[in-house]
Amino acid sequence: MATINYDSELRRAGANATHGWRRLGFFARRYVLGTVGLVIMVTFVLTALFADLISRYDPLTVDSAHALAHPGWQHWMGTDSFGRDVWARIVHGARISLAVGIGSTALGSSIGVIIGLTSGYLSGWVDLVFQRVTDILQALPLLVLALVMTAALGPSLPNVIIAIAIPLIPTVSRVIRANTLALRELPFVEAAKSIGMSETRIALRHVLPNTLAPLIVLATAQLGSTILTEASLSFLGLGIPEPYPSWGRMLSESAAEYVRTAPWLVIFPGIAISLAVFGTNLFGDALRDILDPRQRG
Amino acid sequence: MFAYIVRRLALMLVTLIGISIVIFFLLRIVPGNIVDILFDAAGFVDPADKANLERELGIDQPLALQYLHWIWGLLHGDLGYSYVSEKPALQEILPRIPITARLAGLALLFSASIGIPLGVISAVNQGSRLDYFLRVVSLSGLSLPSFWLGLLILMASVSLFGNIPIFNPDPKTFGEMFTTYCLPAMAVAFRSSALTMRITRSSMLEILRQDYIRTARAKGASEASVNFHHALKNAILPVITVVGIEAAFLIGGLIVTETVFNIPGVARFLVEAIRWRDYPIVQNLVMLIAVVVVFANFTVDMLYAVFDPRIRYTD
Repeated sequence: MATINYDSELRRAGANATHGWRRLGFFARRYVLGTVGLVIMVTFVLTALFADLISRYDPLTVDSAHALAHPGWQHWMGTDSFGRDVWARIVHGARISLAVGIGSTALGSSIGVIIGLTSGYLSGWVDLVFQRVTDILQALPLLVLALVMTAALGPSLPNVIIAIAIPLIPTVSRVIRANTLALRELPFVEAAKSIGMSETRIALRHVLPNTLAPLIVLATAQLGSTILTEASLSFLGLGIPEPYPSWGRMLSESAAEYVRTAPWLVIFPGIAISLAVFGTNLFGDALRDILDPRQRG
Repeated sequence: MFAYIVRRLALMLVTLIGISIVIFFLLRIVPGNIVDILFDAAGFVDPADKANLERELGIDQPLALQYLHWIWGLLHGDLGYSYVSEKPALQEILPRIPITARLAGLALLFSASIGIPLGVISAVNQGSRLDYFLRVVSLSGLSLPSFWLGLLILMASVSLFGNIPIFNPDPKTFGEMFTTYCLPAMAVAFRSSALTMRITRSSMLEILRQDYIRTARAKGASEASVNFHHALKNAILPVITVVGIEAAFLIGGLIVTETVFNIPGVARFLVEAIRWRDYPIVQNLVMLIAVVVVFANFTVDMLYAVFDPRIRYTD
């Protein structure tokens, strides 16, 4: 007959993971892929923050004497056609990807929350108008809308952030609206109403905090796609303008032309984009499992 | 059902009108038009010539009038003239549609034929090493930019065949067909097959927990029969929705892939038109994309009602 070792079973279920390192250890054992994602994301953020310390070279300094140098001791990821160090450009490029990723996700989510909350809470014609606007924005693919927006606003960092943020609004507002509609009917909202709390206060103090879990899950999932969209826009020459070292633009400069002669110009920026997006996707999946177990696969 | 279809069609119309307004005005909020670009490039030019050209192109009129003029033309099959080539926009767009349609069709085919079986395998072996591996592969598929994958394919082609595949508008042999359409379609499909796989997996897992699956097992049905006859048949329904989502998803991939492979399709044409501020082309192409996406979603909704007898849109 099988015997159950209660202590080990409790440990496995995380009963002793009450604080600090133990909690982190439990998370790492239970969500291995999520932890890998978190490590990639932390590395990505640290790289962006300490870019000047990590790379010896300036990402913008042109050195024609060393143009298209092969990867080696001096430039361990080689140099581009202007002699700029590829490693320095990738490390500094993390700043742009991070700024666009966080900036556009935060902006898109904030506007989405305001629209979703107002739409779900007020209903009526406000809801109808917001819903139609959302339908319109959702009928265009992310990249197409972002392309048209950057064309309209002009290529610059703030404009790229806005151009990518706008297409994110519909998804966020839909999720927040659906949650608000469900929450509005719950007894605690009714109780708040009965003690005379104002509608705005109920929406902000009681409804909004309860929609945070799905919002965090959604925002993390969107972080990866914003990084990819920025890279695509810059690759097409409509994103971050020269001389800023955007990963997408690095590929655009090198594209088909250097596929034959300087493959390192194609390989390294691509790995950087894929790794950053892969990390956020892995972490996003684990976060969804933790915060929204109903969606767990 | 009839009332539902009519309501959906009316909503579609409202959405399309909304998109036309958004796109038209968005493209014109930026200061400077095609005439400014042309005249800036030429240096000092007579202001009267500039005014003449603006009148000729119709961009001296109020915006609302320009919009109505465009919509009126659109309804009569007149899409205006390209500012760059000066040819009718319809003549510029039409020949490019079959190229992109072929690519998109192939990409969808690849994505379904890879994504659905892998999704089933992953769900049936939930929690196993194989499931873990397939999930990591699908996540990495979602993380790889299509244009980078395209560039890697070009690199492989250089090292294997010594050259980059060149687009052939009229492929005759299988080899030409493969390099012209299949390779770019694979670059696009890799990402969307990852999406298909993830949705098939979660849909299968949901179904595998149902009572009737347990009943089928209790009756002694084989694993294959349970998985394919009972589970997949029901799990395939949400996968149909993916086709609707992927219509939008694929277009993003097509834009960058057509650029990498130098394919003269609709998607690359959009990027070129945006760079040149060729408004008639941009607004008509965006409308074309919106129509495709909106109709794909509508078709998916209707297919849902056809395939699932439990769903009947009565209200």
